[in-house]
Amino acid sequence: MNFQNIMTRFDLRTAAPFIALTILILMGSLVHPNFLTFGNLVQNVATRTSFIAIIAVGATFVMAAGGLDLSVGSMTAFVASAMLIFLKSQEADAGVGLIALSMILALGLGAACGTINGAVTTVGRIEPFIVTLGTMVILRSLSTYLANGGSISISPDLKDLYGPVYKGAILGIPIPLLTVFVIAIIGSVLLYRTSFGRHVIAVGSNEDVARYSGISVSRIKLATYIIQGICVGIAVTLYVPRLGSANSATGLYWELQAITAVVVGGTPLRGGAGRIWGTVAGAFFLEIIGNILTLSNVNVYLIGAVQGTIIIVAMLVQRSLGKRV
Amino acid sequence: MKPTPDKKPPEMTLLRAEHISMSFSGVEVLKDVSIACRAGEVHAIIGENGAGKSTLMKILGGYLSPKSGQLTENGKIITLQSPSAAEVHGIVLVHQEILLAPDLTIAQNIFLGRELTRGPFVNDREMNAQANVLLRGLSTDIDADTKVSNLSIANRQLVQIARALSVPHRVVIFDEPTASLTLVESEALFKVIASLKAQNCAVVYISHRLNEVKRISDIVTVLRDGKVVAERLTSELEPSEMARLMVGRELAQLYPPKQFVGKQQVALEVDDFNVPGFVRHASFQLRYGEILGFAGLVGAGRTELFEGIAGLRPAMGRIMRDGAEIKIANFHQAETAGIVYVTEDRKGKGLLLASDLVMNLTLAATRKFSRFLLMQSGAEREAYRKAVSEFDIRAKSSAMLAGQLSGGNQQKLLFAKMMTMGPKVVIFDEPTRGVDIGAKGQIYEFIAGLAAKGMAVVVISSEMPELIGLCHRAIVMHGGEIAGEVAGDQMTEQEIVVLATGIARKAA
Repeated sequence: MNFQNIMTRFDLRTAAPFIALTILILMGSLVHPNFLTFGNLVQNVATRTSFIAIIAVGATFVMAAGGLDLSVGSMTAFVASAMLIFLKSQEADAGVGLIALSMILALGLGAACGTINGAVTTVGRIEPFIVTLGTMVILRSLSTYLANGGSISISPDLKDLYGPVYKGAILGIPIPLLTVFVIAIIGSVLLYRTSFGRHVIAVGSNEDVARYSGISVSRIKLATYIIQGICVGIAVTLYVPRLGSANSATGLYWELQAITAVVVGGTPLRGGAGRIWGTVAGAFFLEIIGNILTLSNVNVYLIGAVQGTIIIVAMLVQRSLGKRV
Repeated sequence: MKPTPDKKPPEMTLLRAEHISMSFSGVEVLKDVSIACRAGEVHAIIGENGAGKSTLMKILGGYLSPKSGQLTENGKIITLQSPSAAEVHGIVLVHQEILLAPDLTIAQNIFLGRELTRGPFVNDREMNAQANVLLRGLSTDIDADTKVSNLSIANRQLVQIARALSVPHRVVIFDEPTASLTLVESEALFKVIASLKAQNCAVVYISHRLNEVKRISDIVTVLRDGKVVAERLTSELEPSEMARLMVGRELAQLYPPKQFVGKQQVALEVDDFNVPGFVRHASFQLRYGEILGFAGLVGAGRTELFEGIAGLRPAMGRIMRDGAEIKIANFHQAETAGIVYVTEDRKGKGLLLASDLVMNLTLAATRKFSRFLLMQSGAEREAYRKAVSEFDIRAKSSAMLAGQLSGGNQQKLLFAKMMTMGPKVVIFDEPTRGVDIGAKGQIYEFIAGLAAKGMAVVVISSEMPELIGLCHRAIVMHGGEIAGEVAGDQMTEQEIVVLATGIARKAA
């Protein structure tokens, strides 16, 4: 009935990332006829974005609880290297079973890395920025060491066997994109509909209030880092079949892309709220900007500068929307 | 309002507040208050917590602008936009809370924002020298080059006083300066106040300690619920009369009748309980159906004792629940044992101010509102509807944020939230702090109701009338130890103050 009520129901801030994404897609379709095609938008852009989107869903949990994980890019490289080495060592028994086993290994390794990040942050009471900066360097070094400074690849046969996990599609929708949706659905149920999700938000908005409500702050924070690690593991299981190899450039700057996706998606850096679908929209937003710029023949070297500018403008718009409260 | 005693000529009035009114988010905290600060006179302002004393001081010190009314200096209207504007007029305020940068030295804090310089560089040597002179004037031998983080709370308070006095001053306002001082330091402060008087400065002095007020002030203004209820010469007013004027209202109307507690079972027994740095050797018993008060001055260790018992801080000692010894290492274990602590700091530790009311209500017991791991929003809304009617929470809608509620309604929401945990032993820490008088009565009724239902209740309060009106007996703490216990006819402000200030001790 009255305007106030409608405005509280329709939160402009929550909707902003989706509105921005829609505007961007409309702009893209004007710029280039090939932009708004299934081949470009879904098979190319969306599939490529899936790694960042999945990792960023995990990052949404960490950041909603007031934490930060800078190690996800290096973690991707490390888990991918370890997974590839395992696959290589078992190449003789190549089969679906081996691939399934290696995927479990990737998820387990991711969870283990997340546990270390979370444990040092909570038990050691060190700022997550510093802890994950440390593990970022450690994991990058370990992955370079595993690859002996070069790259690790699996045999073409094994790659052909594993390849469909990245290149395949169900009902025409690429598997990586489907995975993003499944992860986002699980993530949003976990964050919005469970007791655990409530506790994540409470810890992120005020640790003292959480503690004085009987919530174990350390356990919640630890859990968010483990979720982040598992998400990295899932992203790796999609990344490895793409090229069948990993090198020193694997996962480089992914932490920055993931954090940007989360923040553009409407999750505040200081925590206390989490927007899973906003994060997914944020990840696509970033990639689509790059795609449009490439299609419109902008100098490749300048794409980063334009992306950065658009991100800052997007954040300024978000901030001005927030002032109404 | 009584007429101002005019024993001194009017030109001696340095600062006058005339017909000051002030309100915060609709709650009126000062109503038509007038006071005069005269040269060479110590003017004490007394009143219960929430009577509006600190707000009045902040207006005098330039921290707040009054909604109506004016300040005059020698008959001329002045407006104070900021504390520095007040300093220009020679008005300085010594805060109750410690407002110092802990990583800077004493001298750096004293001269913060108006550093002495030599050329383009700060002149540390000169600032240290001047700060040392100020510190010696306060009879303390701390070096001005000491970092504030290395100082005790009492010494930090002295630094704040030194900072206030480092500015040219004619009107000095002390807001409960002795709250965190020990007797020795208080004596030093009284000497400073005497010398300010001798220099013909006007001193405004706020304190809860009525004996102090009797001793050092010349004139007393009593505030109650934001209004001046009396202004008298101190020589004509005894501390007991001050207390009566402060409380004023009919206590019987505000506090529900006390239910008789028979020989009920002991719900909680605490034996030789220690919270490192705060509480030593505390032992007491709490029975079902009983409201046990905890009195004491700020810093007596009451909050820390119960945070220790509730598993919110590291502590050592025996806790017996229904006669069986239990271990409590975190709040969750306390909750499992049926013990719930309701914090004094509802904005900082009690409620998520930026979250809606339903989320706040169910936060402490989310599992009770879950089925098959999923939160049941229907059950949550139902609980909210019940809480609104049971606790009389006045909110426009459940989508409001907790931070948008008034103090009283926030407190009721916090109570409702903690009750979702289903406690048997409830500890209320300062349950009516910053709550208006109407909500106070409701809160007392609610607390008495819990005891009547058989729960064991602890009320920690700095408002003595509240303890006397509400509790069956009260334990008084002083300096981290239990100083004694009062019950029945002995439960008087006089008796509590004697124990709380450490003048006397008696076995509990």
